[in-house]
Amino acid sequence: MEIKLSIKNLDAYYGKNQVLKNISLDIPKNKVVAIIGPSGCGKSTFLRSLNRMHEVVGGTIKGEILLDGEDLTKTDPVLLRKRVGMVFQKPNPFPSMSIFNNVAAGLKLNGVRNKKQITPIVEKCLRQAALWEEVKNNLNDSGANISGGQQQRLCIARTLAVNPEVILMDEPASALDPISTTKIEDLIFELKKDYTIVIVTHNMQQAARVSDYTAFFYMGELIEFSDTKKMFTSPDKQQTEDYIRGRFG
Amino acid sequence: MKNKLKKIFSSRNLGDLIFEKLTLLFAVSVFLLVLLMGYEMYLGSKLSIDKFGWSFLVNSTWDPVQEIYGALPIIYGTIVSSLLALIIALPLSIGVAIYLAEVAPPWLEKPLSFLVELLAGIPSVIYGLWGIFVLVPWIRTDVEPYLSDKLGFLPFFRGAPYGFGLLAAVLILSIMVLPIISSISRDVLKSVPRSQREAALALGATRWQSTMIVLRDARSGILGATMLGLGRAIGETMAVTMVIGNRALISPSLFDPSYTMASVIANEFTEATSEMYLSALIQLALVLFVITIIINAFARLLVWRMNRRWKTT
Repeated sequence: MEIKLSIKNLDAYYGKNQVLKNISLDIPKNKVVAIIGPSGCGKSTFLRSLNRMHEVVGGTIKGEILLDGEDLTKTDPVLLRKRVGMVFQKPNPFPSMSIFNNVAAGLKLNGVRNKKQITPIVEKCLRQAALWEEVKNNLNDSGANISGGQQQRLCIARTLAVNPEVILMDEPASALDPISTTKIEDLIFELKKDYTIVIVTHNMQQAARVSDYTAFFYMGELIEFSDTKKMFTSPDKQQTEDYIRGRFG
Repeated sequence: MKNKLKKIFSSRNLGDLIFEKLTLLFAVSVFLLVLLMGYEMYLGSKLSIDKFGWSFLVNSTWDPVQEIYGALPIIYGTIVSSLLALIIALPLSIGVAIYLAEVAPPWLEKPLSFLVELLAGIPSVIYGLWGIFVLVPWIRTDVEPYLSDKLGFLPFFRGAPYGFGLLAAVLILSIMVLPIISSISRDVLKSVPRSQREAALALGATRWQSTMIVLRDARSGILGATMLGLGRAIGETMAVTMVIGNRALISPSLFDPSYTMASVIANEFTEATSEMYLSALIQLALVLFVITIIINAFARLLVWRMNRRWKTT
């Protein structure tokens, strides 16, 4: 099995406050890895360390994050974020741009300006994000005038347009209704053919449904990382079992 | 009667009822006051309106001796001085706002924002005094000779370097509107949620590119801030009248003196001995009143819509 992302001895801080303690984790290529754990366990920080968004809000990290063997902590974060895309908890399309331009925004940031090149990529990304059929007739509407679920798929399409290798998803369905959630989950299943996905979720059923591997974080530490089936049927650690059975968290 | 009173007491608290009606009265009275002012000005300027009508706005002779009143040079001076001031102040203000909202570290942002807002609170007569003693001499000895030397082939930079004139008024106005535009623009930029910046950064945007996207989101609010600055510039009286030269004149040159509506009113109402003169001044006030109300209403609407949009999404 090919390893896409290899995290070695990762520590993360907010000021002096250490929020991640010595995390080591290998994320295999074209798989979905779910990160679960109670609120404040550091799972979002972990995700945001991977594309170094954690540093944008003033955090710091120590350790190594290897993407195909290249240490991301030493590369330019702007370049790295083109390889490691991110979908946020709350859908955040650009409201001042049309649906089309929201998807094209990523391309334009990468210097693609030729409309002939952009149009087919936008369509491809919207199709990949399972949104094309719903918006193909109103591509010029504002990205903010569609439903929350559609907005989130638009954000996924926008992320795909940059052509990343890894997609990070921070509770991508927690602000959505059940039907939209199902659509996002189906989409994740489709996307892993082409991408490696790391998803943070509060919803244990969701983790069980969409992921191949699951990591359980607690108090800034990685308690257990294993095959999702094994994790949800016979976890190694008592703490994991307690959390999965809903005894705390 | 007793039943009725009882009903009032039981249905809701009497104190709250009085409070509600009283505050309503205060709120309505502000609106009525504006209407009343407009109406009073209309009455006061009736004489002049009847005599000159619309030609008041397009006639360029302002001659109290002959009793001929045309406000065109004054309106021209008002609009040109304000617009030029905006052209200078706007890029600077947006730069200040972007620095404060996007770039400055928090420990620096607070005191700097405070200073910018402090600048807005300085009485305009102080700006005027500074204009007379510092700005005007500097313009006379350095700026105007330099400009006429280098750019004298343009009609905008010809004539004798008096110092007092349109250029001085433009510079002083641009300094005065800068804090307004920058502090409101900063608030508008800050009202754009962090998730928008994160969205851009996560796509691989540089800080500059993410700021451009935020600016795009904030453009209507910034336009509103600019309009508020314009409103301030148009209505500014003291500082302008102290440096602008006070002559009703339409000239392409920035070196020539000019006049604005607010400064005409302030300078001439004491001399307005005839009824027609006074009426013409009041008509000028009415024009100024209507222009500033339209600009301010439009500006507030833009800023308000901008701030509301993020609250609903």
